[in-house]
Amino acid sequence: MVATREPRSAGAPPGRRPPTRRQRENRAGLAYLSPTLIVVLVVVVLPILWTVMLAFQRIRLINVRRAGVFGQYTLANLELVLTSPGFWSSLWTTLVYTVGATVLSIGFGLVAALALRGAFRGRTLVRASVLLPYVAPVVAVTFVWEILLSPQFGLANDWGVRFLGWDRPIAFLSQREYTVSLFGAEVDVPLALLTVIAFEAWRYFPFAFLFLLARLQAVPRELEEAALVDGAAPTQTFRHILLPQLGPVIALLTVLRFIMTFNKFDDVYLLTGGGAGTEVVSVRVYEYLTARFDIGAASAQALVLALGLVALLVVYLRYLAPRVEGDDE
Amino acid sequence: MDRATVETRVFGVLRWVIIAGLVVVTLFPFYYMLLLSLRPIDEVLQNPGRIWAGPAEWTVQTYREVLTPTSRGGQGFLRFLANSAIVSVAATVLTLVVSIPGAYAVTRLRFTGRRQVHFLFLAVYLFPSILLAIPLFVLFTRLGLRGSLFGLTIVYIAQTLPVSIYMLRNYLSTIPISLEEAAAVDGYTRLQTIRKVILPLAAPAVMANALYVFMIAWNEFLFALLFLVEDRADWTVSLGLAQLSGGIEVSKTVLMAGSVVLTLPIVALFFAAERLLTEGLTAGADKG
Repeated sequence: MVATREPRSAGAPPGRRPPTRRQRENRAGLAYLSPTLIVVLVVVVLPILWTVMLAFQRIRLINVRRAGVFGQYTLANLELVLTSPGFWSSLWTTLVYTVGATVLSIGFGLVAALALRGAFRGRTLVRASVLLPYVAPVVAVTFVWEILLSPQFGLANDWGVRFLGWDRPIAFLSQREYTVSLFGAEVDVPLALLTVIAFEAWRYFPFAFLFLLARLQAVPRELEEAALVDGAAPTQTFRHILLPQLGPVIALLTVLRFIMTFNKFDDVYLLTGGGAGTEVVSVRVYEYLTARFDIGAASAQALVLALGLVALLVVYLRYLAPRVEGDDE
Repeated sequence: MDRATVETRVFGVLRWVIIAGLVVVTLFPFYYMLLLSLRPIDEVLQNPGRIWAGPAEWTVQTYREVLTPTSRGGQGFLRFLANSAIVSVAATVLTLVVSIPGAYAVTRLRFTGRRQVHFLFLAVYLFPSILLAIPLFVLFTRLGLRGSLFGLTIVYIAQTLPVSIYMLRNYLSTIPISLEEAAAVDGYTRLQTIRKVILPLAAPAVMANALYVFMIAWNEFLFALLFLVEDRADWTVSLGLAQLSGGIEVSKTVLMAGSVVLTLPIVALFFAAERLLTEGLTAGADKG
């Protein structure tokens, strides 16, 4: 076979030095990656830059066709957004929602991964069914939750009233505050927001479960066996052997889930439409865009959201995260 | 009894409680969805708490209403299913065509800007899709792509490319370089090597990837809502279902039948290929 190989420089134009191996590799690399780069540039990077420009121009849907690079730049949108009623509370809601959903989904994912770690009959089936909430379409699962929690014909309320002795049905998705009496004290809890967080935890714990289980299965058996011989209790083994091994994956999951949840739109939109104290910023952006047709203000708002996320990530990676193993190659 | 024995016993029991709890919590909503779609609506309203109905009570009227074309008074979900299938299959195939060479380049080839590429990919997920939606809405309107399934497909490709490349890269990096060198000695060009050596070896990762992209495209809602909402003929199943819920005189059981129609294809596909997906998606995670 070697004999049939063409000479390496056959394709090079005569009179020019044939490109070195390194140069050819460079070209091939860029060529292979170029379709990806073009798609990402056109559909992601350019739109982001454009949003930045739109955020500083007074543009509504009617005059967007005339908008260009050389428009009138102004800070009016930012001012409008930052001073508009409800913006800061919406940012706070986003933060509570994100932190709550991130922590709970990773926590449940960890418990599920630990429980499903060892082999048992039917494990493959159980593992697959645990992944279902993550795999199923968001529109379908939000509808089932809505129906399950409905005050009129929901299963949760029917059973709550019948078996748990609730006085009246609870409107899980449309009630802003719910008063709980705890040890005699009356506490107001943001009911709809908690329900939405619970939904996120339910829908995304499989994601954490998947990564944590994969990591758990790679922990060398000898480590745990040695701990067992030393008489370590399961909680001690977990604390001193498994947890350090899981640390990097948990840190990575925290970042991933935080980013994804912070930017989440469809779950909240479909469950509550942003009502009852669940108005996260992305839903607000959507409202500005579709109800007020105010593209400038919507862009400014989205920009503030993205900047807030970057700031939080920097703080997290800089001060809070256990060392994440970088992508170092 | 010492602490280790006590804990081992407690967790031994607790583990089964948790497994049972997990199965109920994850499966029950889907079971309820299916059950409700089969029960007559007036019966559901009278007895919302029942979680069992025998085949004698079942009705397929809900499915008939959902699937019948609009011209004959139904909701026309068959049309939506076809749209979803077109968009998802196209997005899957095109994403793979673009990401396989890309993943190969990122894994194997040294080129200018190789390190920086990851930052570009991060941008896809760092910014909320609602932020991309505004300029894309304007851009696609100008290009006449808004309201076309093709425009939506392009967006899905961009949304899934980074994860796709990352997944493939994790797998490709486990294939020994010596195989490629052998292929080169045999006179294969680089593209031939990818097609005849790398792709067959990476088949599991490619399949898992295909499944992932298909799932994202099939389930997506926001861009479908923004781009396609004006023309009913273009709706995907997710969008059709969401619009159905806003409609008047649509009973909850019909809504559940639509949910089943939307969920069933993806769940069937998932169970058929579950092992592939779990292994392909987390191929790199066990490295720490």
